[in-house]
Amino acid sequence: MIGDYDVAIVGGGLLGSAIAWGLGRLGQSVAVLDEGDIAKRASRANFALVWVQSKGLGMPAYTGWTVRASKAWPTLNAELKEQTGLDVALQQNGGFHLTLGEVEYAQRTELVARMHNQVGAADYRMEMLTAAEVKKMLPLIGPEVSGGSFCPFDGHVNSLRTFRAFHTAMKQLGVDYFPEQPVSSIAREGGEFRLATARGEIRAAKVVLAAGNANQTLAPMVGLSAPMGPTRGQIVVTERTMPFLPHPLTTIRQTDEGTVMIGDSKEDELDDRVLNQPINAVMADRALRMFPHLARLNVVRSWSGIRVMPRDGFPVYDQSETHPGAFVACCHSGVTLASNHAFDIAGMIARGALESELVGAFSARRFDGDATPNGSGYY
Amino acid sequence: MFKRADEDARRPVTIHVEGIAVEAREGDSVSAALLASGLDVRRTTAVSGARRLPYCMMGVCFDCLVTIDGVGSRQGCLVPVTEGMQIEIQKGKREIGR
Repeated sequence: MIGDYDVAIVGGGLLGSAIAWGLGRLGQSVAVLDEGDIAKRASRANFALVWVQSKGLGMPAYTGWTVRASKAWPTLNAELKEQTGLDVALQQNGGFHLTLGEVEYAQRTELVARMHNQVGAADYRMEMLTAAEVKKMLPLIGPEVSGGSFCPFDGHVNSLRTFRAFHTAMKQLGVDYFPEQPVSSIAREGGEFRLATARGEIRAAKVVLAAGNANQTLAPMVGLSAPMGPTRGQIVVTERTMPFLPHPLTTIRQTDEGTVMIGDSKEDELDDRVLNQPINAVMADRALRMFPHLARLNVVRSWSGIRVMPRDGFPVYDQSETHPGAFVACCHSGVTLASNHAFDIAGMIARGALESELVGAFSARRFDGDATPNGSGYY
Repeated sequence: MFKRADEDARRPVTIHVEGIAVEAREGDSVSAALLASGLDVRRTTAVSGARRLPYCMMGVCFDCLVTIDGVGSRQGCLVPVTEGMQIEIQKGKREIGR
């Protein structure tokens, strides 16, 4: 297998396929090298929020980048639908983080104040609402709900269909997709990159690392770094029910087809083949206290998945100084940021330079010489 | 459709299907009673709205989902009939709180 491409992308998840589609739109020749169906893939194990509120505490640039993505999502939605006929069910009518009891309400109020007081952060109108105000928008909340924060930019999407739409659309644009071909080494010879896989070699003028947590291993091959700190999350899934939840929450959402997804756990355990049932019990109990009507619904499955997570929770976008043309992209919020990856990041890669005013804050150079603690990028 | 065996001498049990009195037999599952009723007891599925009848009759396929005494998504093939039971044919997704 030998091919010459403008860009080779390592990783065909939501991030890699969004960039591949974006490059295909710009007329670039693109190869995507991916693992197979059994890969641990955050693109198939996520909560599907297009989410703004509470992101960027400690890094105001991340707030602006997230608001930008939220505003670009309708364009992405429309383009994918026109090209593929797939409706990814984007809904952006605002979202909630609900609190149970007065202590949680006070803690959330303090967080909202800290976010507002951050210098240089985009204003995204996150506000605290009382239980009575919440009830006007979510009539089925239970008596223990003390209120919550609301952000009008928040929303959600069918992320599995989005993943399928990117793959369908990128192939229509001539992107070559190579599954079951994880990259074992990358070398730069004669002004081009050579990517070795078990089935041969791909050659390309540029390379983009979009391999999730595996970027940590791949990045040093081209003079980059991508310190990662993955966590595990668990989800409880109910049978389909009539629409009852008009806005998504950080911890509960109802999909376009009626399923209720419950979950927000963050665990250090990184084995996604087992479940911690006490955690499921706590998550389900909190969901029932928020919406008592959920009690009669049958749970049809629960699962755990591994989050792609840069070490401090914020994205990493860099071009290599020692290997110009090699880029790295990693982030936790591959659903929320899909629009930016498809439009902004793909454009920058096609032009050969990252725009510092948009993504300069996300260089992994921020990790140089310090021991940045693990974070999550959202609260 | 289905016809009861002539030698079936089990005691009659009256259930109500969408408000219509139906004579079942003691020991019938809800699904068996519905199939024997001669009524149109097809449910519609949650997403596509396809019409379905009980299929496996042994708790596996979930095609027999039905609302029994106000509780949605019961597996009719696993619930024995009782006198006065109220059955509603489930149309589309289950309602929250039922």
